[in-house]
Amino acid sequence: MPSHSFTLNGKRVTVEAPADMPLLWVLRDLLDVTGPKYGCGVGACRACTSHLDGDEIQPCVVPVADCAGREVTTIEGLADGDRLHPVQQAWLDCDVAQCGFCQPGQIMATAALLKKTPRPTDADIDRIENVCRCGTYSRIREAIERAAAGR
Amino acid sequence: MARQLSRRQFVVYSLAATTLTVAAPLGCDGSTAQGAEEPADGDRRASDVLVTGTDAEMLVLEVTPANKVVVRLPRVEVGQGVTTAVAMMIAEELDARLADVDIPLADARSEGNQFTGGSSSVSSLYGPARQLAATARAKLVTAAARRWHVPARTLRTRDTRVFAPDGRSATFGSLTRSAARITRPTVPTRPKPASKHRVIGRPTTRIDARDIITGKATYTGDLTVAGAKPTVVARPPTLGGKVVSVDSRAARALPGVHEVVRIDGGVAVVADTFHHAFQARDALRIKWAPGPLANLSDSGIRSRLRAAVPKLQNPPPGSAQTEAEFEFAFVSHAPMEVLTAVADVRAGRAEIWFSSQTPTSAREDIASAIGLPVSKVRIHVVRGGGSFGRRLNHDAALEAALISKKARRPVKLMWSRADDIRHGRMRPASQHRIRASHDRGRVVAFAHAMSSVSESSGKQGLSAQGGVRAAVRAPAAAPLPSDSGLYNFGRLSGDSGSVDLPIPLGAWRSVDSGTVRTAQEIVVDEIARGLGKDPVAFRRTTLRGKAVKAVLDKVASAGKWGRTMPAGHAQGVAVHEEYDSAVACLVEIDAVDPKNPRVTKVVMAADVGTAVNPRGLQAQLMGTAVDGISTILRAGLHIDRGAVRESSFADFHYARQRHAPQHFEAHILPSDRDPGGAGELGVPAAAGAVANAYARATGTKPRRFPLNF
Repeated sequence: MPSHSFTLNGKRVTVEAPADMPLLWVLRDLLDVTGPKYGCGVGACRACTSHLDGDEIQPCVVPVADCAGREVTTIEGLADGDRLHPVQQAWLDCDVAQCGFCQPGQIMATAALLKKTPRPTDADIDRIENVCRCGTYSRIREAIERAAAGR
Repeated sequence: MARQLSRRQFVVYSLAATTLTVAAPLGCDGSTAQGAEEPADGDRRASDVLVTGTDAEMLVLEVTPANKVVVRLPRVEVGQGVTTAVAMMIAEELDARLADVDIPLADARSEGNQFTGGSSSVSSLYGPARQLAATARAKLVTAAARRWHVPARTLRTRDTRVFAPDGRSATFGSLTRSAARITRPTVPTRPKPASKHRVIGRPTTRIDARDIITGKATYTGDLTVAGAKPTVVARPPTLGGKVVSVDSRAARALPGVHEVVRIDGGVAVVADTFHHAFQARDALRIKWAPGPLANLSDSGIRSRLRAAVPKLQNPPPGSAQTEAEFEFAFVSHAPMEVLTAVADVRAGRAEIWFSSQTPTSAREDIASAIGLPVSKVRIHVVRGGGSFGRRLNHDAALEAALISKKARRPVKLMWSRADDIRHGRMRPASQHRIRASHDRGRVVAFAHAMSSVSESSGKQGLSAQGGVRAAVRAPAAAPLPSDSGLYNFGRLSGDSGSVDLPIPLGAWRSVDSGTVRTAQEIVVDEIARGLGKDPVAFRRTTLRGKAVKAVLDKVASAGKWGRTMPAGHAQGVAVHEEYDSAVACLVEIDAVDPKNPRVTKVVMAADVGTAVNPRGLQAQLMGTAVDGISTILRAGLHIDRGAVRESSFADFHYARQRHAPQHFEAHILPSDRDPGGAGELGVPAAAGAVANAYARATGTKPRRFPLNF
C-alpha cells in the first residue's frame, strides 16, 4: 500500500492508504481527526470543508495522494492553541451553532473566504455553498461580517 | 385524592449517596410534567424521602467534590439547545456558575419520560429541574450553616459557592458530603419567583458552543468504540426492494473487508474504513426484487390523495365561497449528520450508541429483535447532528444491532446521504381542500378536508422496523381543522383521509401543522383579498387570542407592514398557535424572477411564556424560517416508479446561504407564564408567510409545494 506524507495541522504525518482514498476517511478513520464531518461524500453539502495549502477543499472528494507534501488544515488546527481564530471567535460571539455538525465546515469555508476576500460583499457570502440544515444562515452571515470587521 | 394540586410543586427525593444527590420524577406523558406532581405539603416532606440505587424516571442532580453540578438529562440534544436551557434552570436555582453545570445525556431507561419531541422538553422540565436545584441549594446552605455555626438564613449563594456575612465562603463541592446528610433544610426549598431570575430569561450562548467551533463536539460517528468497524449497507434501488441473490466474491476479495452479511434491508459490509466499506459495497453483485411501490410514481400517488380527501361540508345557504386546493410533496428530514449507530452485540448483552429521541422504546425494540432481555441492552444516547423528527425512529440502530449480531463483532454503521434521502423517512405528501364561506363581509363557515400518505404496517415495508409506537408518539400537536379555531370563522368543520402505502414516513418538525396550518394561512390571505381587506387588518379583527394578536402586531410594526415595495417584491404574513405558544412571521420576498425567488427579510415574533434562553429561542425561530422557505419554495422529494429521485443536497434543494434572508430578526414577547413549546412553533407561520408573500409579489395563487420543484 502506498504511503503518503503531508503536514496535518502543523505536524508531519505519514499514512498508508490507497492513493484514491478520500482525504476525509484518511483523516477520520486512520488519523482519528473527526472535526471534518461526512455529510454527503460528493462535495455537495460541504460539511467536511478543510484547507489544503490554505485553500478551501472538500476532503470527501480529494484523494489522499493529492495531499502529498502539502499542508492540510482541519477545524482542529485553526485556532492558535487556546486562542481562537477570529472566525471561531465571531462564531462564538454570535452563538451561530445549533446542532453544530456543519459548523466546522462553515468556519473553514469562511476562514478561506476571508483570506482571499477580507471584506466580502453580500454576494460573496451568498456564494458559500455549505448547507446548514438547522438554518443558521443569518447568524453565519452576521459572524462573517463581524470577523471581517475585525471586531 | 381530589385535592387541588399546584402546578408549581414538584416532589424531590434524596438519593442515598456520599455526595449531595437529589432527584425529581418526570411524568410519563410527553406533553406535561403533571405526572410528577405530588403533594409537597403536610407531614411528608418530600426531600426526606430516600430512594436508592436507580435514576429510572428521575431527573438526577449531583454536586461533585470537584464543584461540578451534574444532571443526567433524559432528553437528547440535537441542536435545539435543551442542554443549555436545562443548565440555565439549574444554575439559576442553585446560584451556580453556568460553566460549573454539566448536562450529560442519560442512557436509555426502562421507564419514565425520556421522550424528546412535541416541543415538550422545556415545558416538561421547567418545574422539576428548578425544584431539584432549589432543594439542593437549601441543603448546601444548611450544611454550610452547620459548619460555620451561623443561622442558615444569613447565608448567600453565588458562583457555585456559599458565602457567610463575615466573608467566609465555601464551594458547593466542599459542602457536598455534609449536604448529602441534610434531611431537613432550614431554608426554603422553593424555586425563586420570576422577578428574581438572573439566568433564566437572559440571552445565553450555548454551553457546547466552544466544543462545536473547535471540532471537539462528539457525534456517534466520532466515537471510538473498541473494535467497532465502519459499516455500510447496499440498499435496493426502490423503496422496500429485496435481495434476490448476492455475489459477494469480488467484494470480499478487496483489501480491508472484514464481513459481508445479508440483512433485511440489503447487504452490509464491515471494513477497515468507510472508504473500504463503500468500495466493497459497490463491488457487490446483487440482484434485487423491486419493492411494493415499483409501479407507483408521484402522479399516481397524487391522484389517490385527491380521491382520498373527504367531502367538504355544504356551505351555509346564501354564502359566497373562497375555495382552494393544495398539494404538498414528500420532504426529507435530512439532518446534517446521517443516521449513524455503533452496536456491540454479544451472546449475553448488547451495547448501542446513537442519537435517539425515544431511547426507551428503541431499547425494547432492539432487545426484542436481537433476542435479549431488555435489562441486557444498554443504549447510550449521543448528541445528534440535527433531527427535525428523524431521530424519533431508530431504524439505523436496530439495523446496526442486527448486523453486529450476525457479523459477531462490534460495528459502526453509517447510512450514506443517498441512503438517508432515498430510503426515508419523509414528511408525508398531503392534499388539502379548503372552503371559506362568507356572508356580508364575514366568514361564516370554514371547512378543511385533507388526505395524506400513511405508512401501511406489514412486514414488507423496510420501515416496519424502528417505528415510533403510539405510546411515545408526540402528543397530537396540530390544531385540527375541526378544532375551535384560531379565527372567528363561524362554523368550522374538518375531516381527513389517508392513502396507505408501504413507504417510510416520519414526523417532520411541526408535524401536521406544517401543511395544515400553512394551507389555512394562505386561504386567510385569499379571504382577505376577496373581501378587499388588508391581510394584517383582517387577521387582527378575526383572530381570537390575545397572544396571537400581540405577536401579529409586533411583526407588523417591527417589519413595517405595508411599506412600499418595488414591482415583483412583496411582504407576506402568517400566524400560528400551538404548544401554549403563539408566533407571527412577516417576510419580504424578491420574486422578480418567479422561478428563482429570494426571501430577503424575515421578522418573527413569539410568545412562548417564559423564554428560558431568548437567544436559543431566536435560533429555533430562525431555523423554522429556513424550513418554511425551503419547503415552500424548493425542497421536496419526487417518487419515480417506487424510488426516491433525489439522493443528496445537490438535488434535495434545502436552502443554502443564497436562499436565506439577508436580514432576520426575532422578537420575544415578555411573559411570566410557565414555558410553552417553541422548537417547532415557527414552521407553519414561516411557510404561510413565504407563500403569501410569493402570491402578493407574483399575483398568483400558489397551490403546489414546493413551488419550484
